[in-house]
Amino acid sequence: MEKKQKLVVIGNGMAPGRALEHLFELAPDAFDVTIFNAEPRVNYDRIMLSPVLSGEKEFEEIIIHGDGWYIKHGITLYKGHKVVNIDREAKTVTSDAGTTEPYDKLLIATGSVPFVLPVPGNNLPGVLTYRDLDDVNAMLLAAQSRARAVVIGGGLLGLEAAAGLKSRGMDVTVLHIMPTLMERQLDPAAGYLLEKAVETRGIRVMTKASTKEIIGNGKVEGVLLADGTTLPADLVVMAAGIRPNAMLAKEAGLETNRGIVVDAGMRTSDPDIFSIGECAEVGGQCYGLVAPLYEMARVMSAQLAGEQEAAFVHSETPTKLKVTGINLFSVGDLGEGDDRQEIVLRDAAAGVYKRLVLKDDRIIGTVLYGETADGAWFHDLTKKRTDISDMRDTLIFGQSYQGGSPLDPMAAVAALPDDAEICGCNGVCKSKITGAITGKGLTSLDDVRAHTKASASCGSCTGLVEQLLSLTLGDSYNPSAVTPMCSCTDLGHDDVRRLIKAKGLKSIPAVMQELQWKTSCGCAKCRPALNYYLVSDWPDEYADDYQSRFINERVHANIQKDGTYSVVPRMWGGMTSSKELRAIADVVDKFDIPAVKVTGGQRIDMLGIRKEDLPAVWADLGKAGFVSGQAYAKGLRTVKTCVGTDWCRFGTQDSTGLGIRIEKFMWGSWTPAKVKMAVSGCPRNCAEATCKDVGIICVDSGYEIHFAGAAGLDIKGTEVLGLVKTEDEALEHVVALTQMYREQGRYLERIYKWAKRVGLDEIRRQIMQDEPRRRGYFERFVFSQKFAQVDPWSERVSGVDKHEFQPMASIGYQQAAE
Amino acid sequence: MSWVEIGTINDIPRRGARCVNTPNGKIAVFRTMEGQIFAIDDHCPHKGGPLSQGIVHGASVTCPLHSWVISLETGKALGADEGCVKTIPIRLNGDSIMAELELPAVAAE
Repeated sequence: MEKKQKLVVIGNGMAPGRALEHLFELAPDAFDVTIFNAEPRVNYDRIMLSPVLSGEKEFEEIIIHGDGWYIKHGITLYKGHKVVNIDREAKTVTSDAGTTEPYDKLLIATGSVPFVLPVPGNNLPGVLTYRDLDDVNAMLLAAQSRARAVVIGGGLLGLEAAAGLKSRGMDVTVLHIMPTLMERQLDPAAGYLLEKAVETRGIRVMTKASTKEIIGNGKVEGVLLADGTTLPADLVVMAAGIRPNAMLAKEAGLETNRGIVVDAGMRTSDPDIFSIGECAEVGGQCYGLVAPLYEMARVMSAQLAGEQEAAFVHSETPTKLKVTGINLFSVGDLGEGDDRQEIVLRDAAAGVYKRLVLKDDRIIGTVLYGETADGAWFHDLTKKRTDISDMRDTLIFGQSYQGGSPLDPMAAVAALPDDAEICGCNGVCKSKITGAITGKGLTSLDDVRAHTKASASCGSCTGLVEQLLSLTLGDSYNPSAVTPMCSCTDLGHDDVRRLIKAKGLKSIPAVMQELQWKTSCGCAKCRPALNYYLVSDWPDEYADDYQSRFINERVHANIQKDGTYSVVPRMWGGMTSSKELRAIADVVDKFDIPAVKVTGGQRIDMLGIRKEDLPAVWADLGKAGFVSGQAYAKGLRTVKTCVGTDWCRFGTQDSTGLGIRIEKFMWGSWTPAKVKMAVSGCPRNCAEATCKDVGIICVDSGYEIHFAGAAGLDIKGTEVLGLVKTEDEALEHVVALTQMYREQGRYLERIYKWAKRVGLDEIRRQIMQDEPRRRGYFERFVFSQKFAQVDPWSERVSGVDKHEFQPMASIGYQQAAE
Repeated sequence: MSWVEIGTINDIPRRGARCVNTPNGKIAVFRTMEGQIFAIDDHCPHKGGPLSQGIVHGASVTCPLHSWVISLETGKALGADEGCVKTIPIRLNGDSIMAELELPAVAAE
């Protein structure tokens, strides 16, 4: 077998991600792939950062390749490694962390860097760019102060940033140096309409505004304009454009101009080195929109797979603005000239403006504002160079007015030719979508996204894809329906929870029978969810169904990638002793446990334990007084603490004691998703309580209760629930809040997502102000704990579920001798 | 190939699985809700996850590592994933489960 070639990729953005997808399809076993990503995370959809900023999407929703994808394809991904050197002689690259990797083929996809205005003060704290998730997180943090933001740049990015910050409650001003907004994509009339629309959202727009200096002492305080105006600001976002990031290639001696110069096959001046994405310059042009970047990815992977004729061809890409409520579409050449004519439609009252630029009876440019449904059709006419002279009179009214079938949007989509492009980002045409719907039996938008990628990037063609779904499937497609729990039922999580209570359903078979499940015994999505709902709703009557629990909750340890397990005992409030540590050390030695690690939740993880050894490990730990830390559970995990008034000279309350009290009160409880808590003894917050599901900050006057934080894929500071005076009250409020979440949360929905859905004010009202209701929650929690607080480890040491830990048989050689 | 007794149906919980060590590696033996018995290699075609540890539903199992769904009847991955795991023929003799296993020749003395 031929030895695999080594492909090293610098950069982990959308273009190289797409290139690798193609490559694995075309030549699945040809390359060993290593990726260096300067960002400490996986590949995500950068186009969708604006909806994350505005709060319309979560970061999880915009991930393109999760960790599993890298594992599946055997890719080595160095997260947070910036490549600092390419040695073309030795054919190696080296990262800032000192890692050196050899390559046979190298792909440089370093993207672009934001353009930072060369004005004094541009490096003050509080001056941000808008490029990656870190920038978004920094903006979200700044937005919490509800202060004043100035966005420099009235282009696509700047306006999206401004809208996002505004929806997060900031007071926003956009500065634009040109007379109208988005002047590169829009004509002045559309730019003016856009400016009005942006202003009606409460965003101030200043055009012809030239920034002279960013002022501030130690941090941003304002922006000084060339005309002498000073705008006070606590946050300045630079969104004045991007520059191809060609530095690394230039230092390596590759030919660069504005970007890294490549031929139509995406090869740089070194034939073993390719470049794609915003850093590449092909045919004298650099690109910033996703469609041409994906085209580069397609060409480059085809070249790598040996298709030498694959070549990049320039095409115009439509621009769309992702600000909810503003519809805008622009593509092509909008300039005026003697050889050009134009058709314009204005409806000031309806806020509609449409302009087509024509040359030789063909459309060469389109601007649509307010009503953009015909954008794809106009663009299609441009691409095909269709002679429009026959329909010129009605052209501007759109496709549905051609051929006498007006005003039915479905008819318009039905009339589109099979090769009409529906998804510009991913280059998916109509027939590919309809073919997948019928050929693969797809029934939902998510299905279509999974199989064709149509509408899976910026999402602006979602409407068209949904129309294709209803055209193809007829009445059986119902887009407005609640998302079902899984394909076993049409009911959503909330309906199922309500019906379990209303109909008094107390077993999984009863739920499936009464609610007309479509499968005989569910699937791996609905069964664990139903099991949780039943445990939560009928704590005394329901018999927990272990066969419906994920393996970790069945064997009370965490499965690892090699099939071994890890074990984490509880250390109440993070406190431990020499006796406990000695017992752990003895267990590690006795069972030859390969790795021991201190966790982020202030306890100790033993990794690499064979499944057969688990009961004996627990027996030894149990003798030292340990119980399961439930580090595997959709339930209470840890309560992290600081040392509080016991030791700390700043402590205001006994935070350690309160943490231990909460953990001892609440351990063993099951919840919709994991729950991590913390108690800090003073506002210095050493226990990091403000990024937990529930956190307490002790202050002189009592206990400030926080909730709905996150510090995983999402980083989100907590919201304040309220202040209480005594430790008893703190416990009662925390418990009541958790019970409310237990009763209402959807399975796998963390507290911060539940809180967003239910509303922070509603939660505050029920827990802080409605005492009878709070007492009710508290008492139901206490009741359910009577059945939940059984240490699963000691149960199993005494013989429960023995079959889980032993093979049924071991067939050796002798038995075969019959 | 020879038929070997590997246990009884009562050793396996309904909608559950047990594993059996064989000279050719671990196999996973499943018992469905309806009481059918299936055996397949205990090795997901995706990243080698132990299928015997997955959740059993209908005549399929969901791998605990990355949630691939494998048909117990055919060994094929279901849904959008593609891959296949070896199935092992099973015969019931009263309550006892017989599996047809390939055993090394040295044992045949």
